[in-house]
Amino acid sequence: MARGDAKLFNRASQVVLVRDRDRTVLTMSNDFQGDPTEFAIVVPVPTALAREQIHVGEKSLLDHLDAYSAPRLVEYFDPDPCRMVAAEAQGKDALSMVRPASAAARREKSLGVTVEARYTVGEYDILILSAKESEGLEIWLRENGYRIPEGASRVLSGYLRQHMHFFVAKVNLKEQARLGFSYLRPIQVAYESPKFMLPIRLGMVNANGPQELFVYALTRRGRVETTNYRTVRLPSDQDVPLYVKEEFADFYRALFAEQVRRERMQTVFLEYAWDMGWCDPCAADPLSREELRQLGVFWLDDPEERARGAAGVFVTRLHLRYDAEHFPEDLVFQETSDRQNFQGRYVLRHPYAGEIACGAAERYREEIARRQEREAENLAALTGWKIDQIRVKMKLPSSGDGKKWWEKIWGGR
Amino acid sequence: MSLSDVVEHAARGRPPDPRWYQIGALSGLLLYGLTSLDFDVTLARVALLLAAAISTQFVCTRIWRLPSFDPKSALISGLSLCLLLRTNSASLAVLAAAAAVSSKFLLRVGGKHLFNPTNFGIVAVLLATGRVWVSPAQWGNAAFLGFLLAGIGGFVVHRSTRSDVTLAFLGLYLALVFARSAWLGEPLAIPLHRLQSGALLIFAFFMISDPKTTPNSRAGRILFGLLVAAGAAFIQFRLFRTNGPLWSLAAFSLAVPGIDRLLPGCRYVWAGSPEPPSPLSKGASDETPLPDSRFWPLAARREPPRAPVLRVLRGPGGRETL
Repeated sequence: MARGDAKLFNRASQVVLVRDRDRTVLTMSNDFQGDPTEFAIVVPVPTALAREQIHVGEKSLLDHLDAYSAPRLVEYFDPDPCRMVAAEAQGKDALSMVRPASAAARREKSLGVTVEARYTVGEYDILILSAKESEGLEIWLRENGYRIPEGASRVLSGYLRQHMHFFVAKVNLKEQARLGFSYLRPIQVAYESPKFMLPIRLGMVNANGPQELFVYALTRRGRVETTNYRTVRLPSDQDVPLYVKEEFADFYRALFAEQVRRERMQTVFLEYAWDMGWCDPCAADPLSREELRQLGVFWLDDPEERARGAAGVFVTRLHLRYDAEHFPEDLVFQETSDRQNFQGRYVLRHPYAGEIACGAAERYREEIARRQEREAENLAALTGWKIDQIRVKMKLPSSGDGKKWWEKIWGGR
Repeated sequence: MSLSDVVEHAARGRPPDPRWYQIGALSGLLLYGLTSLDFDVTLARVALLLAAAISTQFVCTRIWRLPSFDPKSALISGLSLCLLLRTNSASLAVLAAAAAVSSKFLLRVGGKHLFNPTNFGIVAVLLATGRVWVSPAQWGNAAFLGFLLAGIGGFVVHRSTRSDVTLAFLGLYLALVFARSAWLGEPLAIPLHRLQSGALLIFAFFMISDPKTTPNSRAGRILFGLLVAAGAAFIQFRLFRTNGPLWSLAAFSLAVPGIDRLLPGCRYVWAGSPEPPSPLSKGASDETPLPDSRFWPLAARREPPRAPVLRVLRGPGGRETL
């Protein structure tokens, strides 16, 4: 089965939000490629964080979650139409860093910046900052090697006034070498706050062009949606031509781009909503209890969950392409009690390939021709691809020879 | 009232029962939501909600022995629930509709029902079961839709005489949202994005303006609008919970009898009747009372006396909003 995972998109960040009541476990991962000394993240968090609230997780967890929830193709094979007749008869927040950190306590004080905690967790050096003034914080970040873009202090000040703290992380090269990872692992933080939101504004200050974000919400009750942007379902359950199997990655990218264009880049797309207990069909096996625990699902051992026997985890996969013009505010979420399953699912129907030895052959061939034309139209509508090119790839008789209908009326001169 | 009645009244230069405008506006919005915005509600669910609301009205009409069965208010409640209430469970949808309409009959203080029916239906089922939800972002932020809603809503409010409560609510809520953004140093795009919310306008124009559940006096209504706005902003921006306006309206509805005592206004009176109605007949008057006549002095004074039924039909307000 082909599936479209998050790796298909450039500049994609992936975030897992495990949420129940006011407790949140946030896992952040992005596809940072490049010199690890240039990696740094600055994330506003609602509360100060103790060492035990920070963890470095495994990339494989996100990959698995991504694979499990990704849009997928399903294939069906037509049975012999003669037997059918018989049967019928029966019935990125990344801000670059250029030089290593060195900050004197006195300087911090004069800038009104408080380093509330310093931790080394895994391959990361982490600071929890609070500040009185955004200008001071901006200067401090600059002096400590974070290349803060123009305009950041305005964004920072909004978070400061809301008494948010800043989670700042860089790569500790020595630790990274010791641990032996060649890539950056996702950072996880756990906190308790009524704010069910994801700060995206800081990452847009220095962005050139739109960014891609996948949010996987793991909740107890049901589907998660944004409350300040419309959440719409990705078009799903449509028959598409067989050749899509060979170019599924292109298909998914084109499909998403076309839907973003249609919604004028103002919506968040729902790509998957399912009880983790089962799936049908599964693009990948559901996550194990241990994997869920690693991602921060903290209610697995509640007596009430154990009694139910099920995992008690509802997965929502949201996908958005955003820029500052179309997404001025941070994302705010709510958990609904909606437990209806949804998945991005595209259907391939293989015509019967064997000998058709009954009178149904003619009717079946006509039906197949109609079906393939419908598949071509579906694909054109989903992806915005030219229908004539689709017909060529499907080896369908083109509805024309590329000429407009009026060109053919008077002899095509 | 049939279509010919509407036409007849229009031809005589008199507005027909303004609830028809509201039914038309809500139906239009629902149609728009179903066809263009991918609303999480099926046609079957729409039919179920409307049927549940109207049959509850019918049953209550019988139990409380009202002189006639009038489905308009119930239809408005049903349509509003179609726009707002989301649930996986058909029985909870029915329960919400029944709670909404029956609350008009059951929860009464001083001859008025306490809660806006739709507001009560949603909040009660949300609190009791937690298995329904409201999607405040379902309308998106398309500005043209905002203007459309404002236009339609303004029309409805204008005819209901309760624009004071809407303006008080919107005025303070806007001011709070802008003030908060200014304090946080946010760019103007953020408060504008927050205010370009279809849900907010629908609430302001169709729900809080309900003439039956707002205070009687203008001062009382303005106070009420301000309280609901402050409460909504508090829930939204201090408690960080969604649907602040809905929760705030339900909470402050409890204060309406107190506001009416503090800032008394003229009670609703039947046309042609010099005395205020008794509590029992008040129940019967639920559908078509005249509004506070102080705000319609010209209409009230210039018209020569007519048969009560005509006065009632001509009355510019007194209908049930959401």
